[in-house]
Amino acid sequence: MFLYNFSFYLFSGVVVFSALMVVSAKNPVHSVLFLILSFVSASGLFILLGAEFLAMILVIVYVGAVAVLFLFVVMMLDINFVKLREGFLQYLPFGALLGIVLFSELLMLFFTDKLSEMSSIEFSTYPIFSETENTKDLGSVLYTDYFYLFQLSGIILLVAMIGSIVLTLRERSGVKKQKISDQINVSAHNSIEKKKVKLGEGINV
Amino acid sequence: MFSVSLEHFLFLGAILFTIGILGIFLNKKNVIIILMSIELILLAVNINFIAFSSFSGDLSGQIFAMLTLTVAAAEAAIGLAILVVFFRNLGSISVEKINSLKG
Repeated sequence: MFLYNFSFYLFSGVVVFSALMVVSAKNPVHSVLFLILSFVSASGLFILLGAEFLAMILVIVYVGAVAVLFLFVVMMLDINFVKLREGFLQYLPFGALLGIVLFSELLMLFFTDKLSEMSSIEFSTYPIFSETENTKDLGSVLYTDYFYLFQLSGIILLVAMIGSIVLTLRERSGVKKQKISDQINVSAHNSIEKKKVKLGEGINV
Repeated sequence: MFSVSLEHFLFLGAILFTIGILGIFLNKKNVIIILMSIELILLAVNINFIAFSSFSGDLSGQIFAMLTLTVAAAEAAIGLAILVVFFRNLGSISVEKINSLKG
């Protein structure tokens, strides 16, 4: 199982490195690209855990949609990023202190024996791989036991879609548009006007 | 047989979570980096969910990881939409200028 361990350390090393670069890169475009790298490596980790479907979903949804959306926004907005980085070193000591405290607390939580004593679940010492395909297993649970959660996530996506359209849609003034209802509602008596023109004088329209 | 255990994945999740929190603290002015740090935190949560699911042989963890992915995608879309509207109105994405609602 040398290859398994090697892949785990390789993928997790790349994930941690690229996450650090996301946080500390000077150019936001670089941090988006490092975010993509960390997601791809995390999907490798998911495959190591036997969750192939979620690994593919992570690549499709995150790398294909969310990260590209980030890249799009970073490139579309004309922002002075140098100015935004002011105070990076100023917050570094406080942030590092807080990070160390949080990280040690999380580790203490994980490595106490209380976690395994209190729960009724027995954790095995190796990942359990199913005999059937992961996608099939997930489908048999998702559409039966968790059907309402599945529907609810659909509603969440619908609300997010409508919300972001409503937020970013704007009516620009001064743009000529074709209004079909107005065109259909035109009748002869309000679009044609008869005028008597005297000879040699003309009229003001 | 395997020497990579559940603790290894939990350790990785803890490191990623801490980096995400650190990113929010260090880039206090740039909303885009803050949103990306939130994505990193959610990725750490997903790694924990899937590791627990895989090591206990229960698929519920993977279902919840999928729901987290859904909510994260929705959150990123709405967050970036708010960011675009904010930039259109103020011409900047500095967090310190987001105080227009202050009474």
